[in-house]
Amino acid sequence: MIKLEKVTKIYPDGTEAVKEVSFKVEKGELCVLLGPSGCGKTTTMKMINRLIPITSGKIYVDGMDITKVDGNELRRNMGYAIQEIGLFPHMTVGKNIETVPALKGWPKAERKRRTDELLELVRMTPEEFKVKYPSELSGGQRQRVGLARALGSDPPILLMDEPFGAIDPITRAELQNEFLRIQQEIKKTIIFVTHDIYEAIKMGDKIALMKEGRLVQYGSPADLIYRPKDKFVEDFVGVDRALKGLQLIRVKEVMTASPPTIKTDEKLIAAEERMKHEGIDWLVVVDDDGKFLGWLSLSDLGKGERVSEAMRPSSVTATANTVLNEALSLMLSSGLITLAVVDRDNRPEGVLSFDDIRRGLSEVSQGESR
Amino acid sequence: MRRWSVLIALLVALLGLTVWITSMDKVGIYSVATWETLANETMNHLEMVFIAVLIAISIGVPLGILITRPGFKKSALPVIGTAAVGQSIPSLAIIAIMLPLLGLGLRSAIVALVIYALLPVLRNSYAGIRKIDPAIIEAARGMGMNRTQIARKIELPLARPVIMAGIRICTVITVGTAELAVLVGGKGLGAITFKGVFAMEPLLILQGAAPTALLAIALGFMLERIESWMTPRGLKVEAEIA
Repeated sequence: MIKLEKVTKIYPDGTEAVKEVSFKVEKGELCVLLGPSGCGKTTTMKMINRLIPITSGKIYVDGMDITKVDGNELRRNMGYAIQEIGLFPHMTVGKNIETVPALKGWPKAERKRRTDELLELVRMTPEEFKVKYPSELSGGQRQRVGLARALGSDPPILLMDEPFGAIDPITRAELQNEFLRIQQEIKKTIIFVTHDIYEAIKMGDKIALMKEGRLVQYGSPADLIYRPKDKFVEDFVGVDRALKGLQLIRVKEVMTASPPTIKTDEKLIAAEERMKHEGIDWLVVVDDDGKFLGWLSLSDLGKGERVSEAMRPSSVTATANTVLNEALSLMLSSGLITLAVVDRDNRPEGVLSFDDIRRGLSEVSQGESR
Repeated sequence: MRRWSVLIALLVALLGLTVWITSMDKVGIYSVATWETLANETMNHLEMVFIAVLIAISIGVPLGILITRPGFKKSALPVIGTAAVGQSIPSLAIIAIMLPLLGLGLRSAIVALVIYALLPVLRNSYAGIRKIDPAIIEAARGMGMNRTQIARKIELPLARPVIMAGIRICTVITVGTAELAVLVGGKGLGAITFKGVFAMEPLLILQGAAPTALLAIALGFMLERIESWMTPRGLKVEAEIA
């Protein structure tokens, strides 16, 4: 989809901003350009839509050399999102989003329909927000509009330059999650520039780590964390790489599925039998509908006759899509050694133990695919 | 609200002063200008200001925008510098120097007024474009707008309030400076004022000066309303919040 071949940028004053960078991004992939400031990541991105001319090398989009088409035409077919300050302050949200469709000469009705659709996609009520001005929005809302605007004419490719850079950490995490959800729906090919390693690991299918204009390593987040090419990559990922690796795994990949359950009105003697039979020292307690209520452990068995008398109620649960670092954090803060994994109806789907987490980590670090 | 009452009080006072002096028959041994003379000179004054400002706008706005364009950026400093020299010379001197250069007449007066009025228009047109956040221009380029589209849809609307402010300042200055036009054979309220100056009679001076101030304040206020009306709503909201 996007291919860079020995792309080099030398400015007239002799500064080599980008040196012989080559990589390839497949259709539907999100590729993060990562590196410290001044490493050439933004320059690299801007050469893809020719905001900055290439000195030497080639860039192909869908097999076509980008220098063979008109620059403005090329840019109209690539979504472009930058920090929230890039919105046009004198235009309403609606007009901002319509920019590229208007440049492409879409009929008015079609533009309106698309604007509404995009505002819904980024979870903003069209009637309310269409008529507002950027200065009337919060930073997070502006960023959503920026994303909607970039998607204006439904381009197959999106270029995003630190789109969540100027936002507070809580809103940023929210927007990242939402963006990942949207990306699941729209499956664009995305070039995403950031200097934040956490953001890169969270968002990227691929990461291109750059330093002083050169591409140091290109691969999946797991490659970067567990198979760093050199000292620079190792240092950039940081000493807590094992913890960062937890972000790469979801609970469903390592949990123990279909855990043994017991209902509240059953007898403790039956519970003891079940534990012996399964060779474990706990059971998941559910109600008559099979919904999660809490835990029953071996040491509680002497506290009465029925499960309801001896069980320990709990409301701390994870879902199958929770990432491991969040699940682990839940376990550490609640003091649970096993965490219940429930579905949307609060029915237990599985359980997660420290052993499961350890096993998952070692699998990823040994290079098995995610 | 307070601003309004001060403004109205000022206008009423100036108008009252003008009416009071004009309705006198004589001040000392000198006769005051008639109502007819006052009306004629006011029209002459306005005409001169109008022509001079129009010329200043038609030179200053395009030139101010031109020197923000790539390729002309290097000429920005010399151009603005030259215009600044025009304004740093005392207005009386500029008017006086026209006499040997262009002779006596309305033409000399207008050229002098334009030289004096050019700087605010030029400088504001230049600054209006230059102060636009480069990120906005880059976003526009990144979305595939060509140069003309960026100028028409982004730069001009965003710079418009600043350019309008320049035109307002230029107009107010010119109303005042035009008093001097009479010295090089021009007309206007200066004719009444200078009669008072030569007679050393304060009331006669005020008969020309008060309506001039009235004109400057009223025109300035009108242009401010137009300026506000021409400001895109998104920018107004921004100003209110800031």
